[in-house]
Amino acid sequence: MTSLPRYPSEKKLGLVIDLDTCVGCQACVVNCKEWNTGGYPAPLSDIDAYGAAPQGAWLNRVHAFEVEPKDGNPQIVHFPKSCLHCEDAACVTVCPTGASYKRQADGIVLVDEDRCMGCGLCAWACPYGAREMDPGVGVMKKCTLCIDRIYNEALSEEERQPACVRTCPTRARHFGDLADPDSDISKLVAARGGMDLMPEMGYRPTNKYLPPRARREGRTGEAPRALEPANPEGGFLAWLDRLLSD
Amino acid sequence: MHPALSVIAFTNLSGAGYGLLFLLSLGSLLQFSWGQDRLVLGIGIALALGLIALGLLASTQHLRRPERAWRAFSQWRSSWLSREGVLAVFTFLPAGLLFLTRPLLDSAGWFPLACALLAAVGAAATVFATAMIYASLKTVRQWYQPKVPLLYLLMGLATGGPFLALLLSFKVGGSGASYVAAGLVALTWLVKRGYWHDIDRASPAATLESATGLGRIGKVRLLEPPHTGENYLLTEMGYRVARRHAAKLRLIAQGLGLAAVVMLLIAASIGPGWGHFIFALPAASAALAAAAAERWLFFAEATHSVSLYYGKAA
Repeated sequence: MTSLPRYPSEKKLGLVIDLDTCVGCQACVVNCKEWNTGGYPAPLSDIDAYGAAPQGAWLNRVHAFEVEPKDGNPQIVHFPKSCLHCEDAACVTVCPTGASYKRQADGIVLVDEDRCMGCGLCAWACPYGAREMDPGVGVMKKCTLCIDRIYNEALSEEERQPACVRTCPTRARHFGDLADPDSDISKLVAARGGMDLMPEMGYRPTNKYLPPRARREGRTGEAPRALEPANPEGGFLAWLDRLLSD
Repeated sequence: MHPALSVIAFTNLSGAGYGLLFLLSLGSLLQFSWGQDRLVLGIGIALALGLIALGLLASTQHLRRPERAWRAFSQWRSSWLSREGVLAVFTFLPAGLLFLTRPLLDSAGWFPLACALLAAVGAAATVFATAMIYASLKTVRQWYQPKVPLLYLLMGLATGGPFLALLLSFKVGGSGASYVAAGLVALTWLVKRGYWHDIDRASPAATLESATGLGRIGKVRLLEPPHTGENYLLTEMGYRVARRHAAKLRLIAQGLGLAAVVMLLIAASIGPGWGHFIFALPAASAALAAAAAERWLFFAEATHSVSLYYGKAA
């Protein structure tokens, strides 16, 4: 059934993304594609991959924005975006075939690809653009939070994390249970003021974003320190300058 | 939003079919003379169900895996698209029975009346469910509007009405049907103008500042998109029509759908016979063509909140 679970899930597995430390290297984008094109939602296909107009399904994409404060210098924020595994996931309730569902046990939103008829309505219902139609197979693809890694006992303990989290070189991505107030990522959200994207839409996303830290003070509008004068008046340097100039 | 031909054909053809079916069932229920006419009801219901079937067939062209379309009947508890499918198929039952039993049974008997009632309710409910597929999406501010379900219902009547006038070309009730159809057409476009007024002034569903959470720092703009080529999000939800083109298309749709159709219907009301027929035929065709233009705009003018992440307005 594409009705949402009647009670809030016991666990709310999700990601916390640190906009302060993300450098926009795209490693999470590539590792997500690499893992998932062979994992649960395989294949994650592309069309015309080496041609003039390549296009394909990706589950994680990194945008770059510029924010300009009222006073102070503009700053660049790299912005990774994947499924936020919302509590009020309209992508699930609009699904006519029962392909989309939200799990009671851990809150992960998934697509049963054998049931999806490729109507695309769930992608219309998602405000964040988290779902993409697979151009090769004609079914909807989305982030699975790497369910084939996080519960995979064939992997070592430290590997049981989503591919994007595992690969991030700046540790800007964190994975854990957001329903447990004592989990590491819940503490991180509390400490850093983790926020929801588009809260006015009312989808109640599970994933949280940590805002960039305030920039160090004293660096805005201050003139750079003057260099030594290149054309000194008198003394040894003036003599040297004259000598070299002639 | 991408104006897919399959979805425009689906919503318009089935809308006209359900509009016609609703009016025929109502005429039958209220015991109008034409509502008991075997020929009118026979041809009319066949035409209505034909339009609906054509529309439903067109809708499967929108699916990437149409062989799984049967699964869409399963989630009626949560999904308006599923409800639409269930209601669409359900309505075939009373409409088909009305069609089959009309030549055999007394039209004032309980069975034809019950069939007519169920067909009318089913037709209205199906069109309402179609509209709610769009009107329930918070992500598209031009669709998340109270006038959208009303407009889908009215547009069904405004396209089905001229078909009823056409069917009654050689009947006494033809002139009356033409006037009623003209009135429905005028009312529909009046509400449509109100809808356009609303969406031109509605505030965006979200801003780039709330979409990124960076509004507390300052004004946000896109510096670099995540990919250099196209993707599904952009082709499906990034489609937009230039504002001045939209204004022109709105005028064309109204000229065709409102002015031309109303004039042709009034001309058709001169009396029963071929004179009625030759005006009602272009009226019904023009109403359908204008509804297609209107529905194209309904998609092309709609903006999705995901556009914000790509630096466009939503």
